[in-house]
Amino acid sequence: MTNEEIKLFISAHIPAATFDESGEFLNVIIASEELLPIMKELRSNRDLEFDYLFCLTCIDWKDHLMMVYHLLSKKHRHVIVIKAKITDVNDPQIETVCGIWKTAEFHEREVYDLFGVKFINHPDLRRIFLMDDWEGWPLRKNYVDENMIEI
Amino acid sequence: MSLLGEDIVTEDGEFVINMGPQHPSTHGVLHLKIWLDGETIKRVQPHLGYIHRSIEKMSENLSYRNFIFATSRMDYLSAHINNEACALCVEKGLQIEATPRAQVIRILMAELTRLSSHQLWWGCTGLDLGAVTPFFYAFREREAIMEIMEETCGARLTMNYMVPGGVMYDIHPNFQKRVKDVMKQIKNNLHEYFEILTGNVIFENRTKGVGYLSKEDAISYGVTGPTGRASGVSCDVRKWFPYEGYDKVQFDEILDNCGDCYARYMVRMKEMDQSVSIIEQLIDNIPEGDFQTKTKNVIKLPKGEFYQRVETARGELGVFIVSDGAASPYRIKYRSPNFSNLSAIDHMARGAKIGDLIAIMATLDLVIPDIDR
Repeated sequence: MTNEEIKLFISAHIPAATFDESGEFLNVIIASEELLPIMKELRSNRDLEFDYLFCLTCIDWKDHLMMVYHLLSKKHRHVIVIKAKITDVNDPQIETVCGIWKTAEFHEREVYDLFGVKFINHPDLRRIFLMDDWEGWPLRKNYVDENMIEI
Repeated sequence: MSLLGEDIVTEDGEFVINMGPQHPSTHGVLHLKIWLDGETIKRVQPHLGYIHRSIEKMSENLSYRNFIFATSRMDYLSAHINNEACALCVEKGLQIEATPRAQVIRILMAELTRLSSHQLWWGCTGLDLGAVTPFFYAFREREAIMEIMEETCGARLTMNYMVPGGVMYDIHPNFQKRVKDVMKQIKNNLHEYFEILTGNVIFENRTKGVGYLSKEDAISYGVTGPTGRASGVSCDVRKWFPYEGYDKVQFDEILDNCGDCYARYMVRMKEMDQSVSIIEQLIDNIPEGDFQTKTKNVIKLPKGEFYQRVETARGELGVFIVSDGAASPYRIKYRSPNFSNLSAIDHMARGAKIGDLIAIMATLDLVIPDIDR
């Protein structure tokens, strides 16, 4: 599918979705509550078939958190970036996509470890790099560590 | 993670042991917790973070020139290719391209890195599976490549040779001659690799049919590189999304459909041939000219998000830069190939014997600092 067709498809499912084509890939910005149904549809629809989640990460924009999912279809060779906006920065929550792409399990644990985003229904949500008793979420912009040196 | 506090035997009668973080076969500080029924593996749980240096957080305070060099410490066997990915990503943001000479030098360096990395892997695989001699054979050629690196970059492991716009300095006058000599040496000696290990009965029995990973699972787990290609997934970034002029050189993407340890072994062995072929095509055709495009002293990327992926010796490395227009990145994410490859280890090892886990780990070719970052 071309970017235009993908845009039409997503607009039909989520009328509130906004698009950004200024970068290399087509960016789709949605609210965090709408994530799981559209992800399931993107994976299972025969014309889209995004079977490869090649990057999953989060960006802290101070007033909100942005989950970023880079998806690729091995069959159709198209790429899309889904961005889910989490507005509640004090208790960020979003549905897990582990059930759709197995690679998400580790990547979501990494995001939980470094950003504190809680993934609902994740099978094994623990810190992955840091110690279990570590305080705070290091990649958040408001994270303070007395040992950190500003260069 | 309370390691000592937990019972060694679970309620179901399963025996729990820890492999690593100081275990010779894990090639670094990887810690695997294994649930066993007799000698059969029921479950594997990797515990990561023993060498976590938080490179992503560090990079947020570094300039666009400096952050590149932190990545040499991620996948230290593909240091050149990591640097290349970052340099390419910054160039994408600046909308410039490296000079033609720099591009060819970069490809040559990347392929030499791939060769030396695969040679180290081959030696270590032999070592893991009980054969000591391959290690010395592999290091004979690897040493020759390392000397070329030393001559041109001044370093043997963390080269820091790629900069935005090209390479840091021109190649050494001896470069072409020495590369040709090494290629001749590798071509003459590669058959020895097969003679000493590939046909060995013990080696074949320990790898054939062990650690099977299907094509669908490989895609779902995000497994890339030779590991993914051994499961039949076409995932070579050099073919899919050519960078630096990889579309102008002739080489094959090696695929295998068996998905076991032996297939992963064979894919890497055949990839060495392809790397030699790429180097031979380019070594006499290095264009004359500048080795670096002029860039400003302080690089500032425009607002936006930039994603660049390259094929390292282990798979697809993605560099995701988010810029807010300042002189250092707002956020950097490294999508490291080993991190995703490791996530499949539980799936691959279930039902196998504990000795098979060594073979699986050996053929996954894990580099732990790249997982922990």
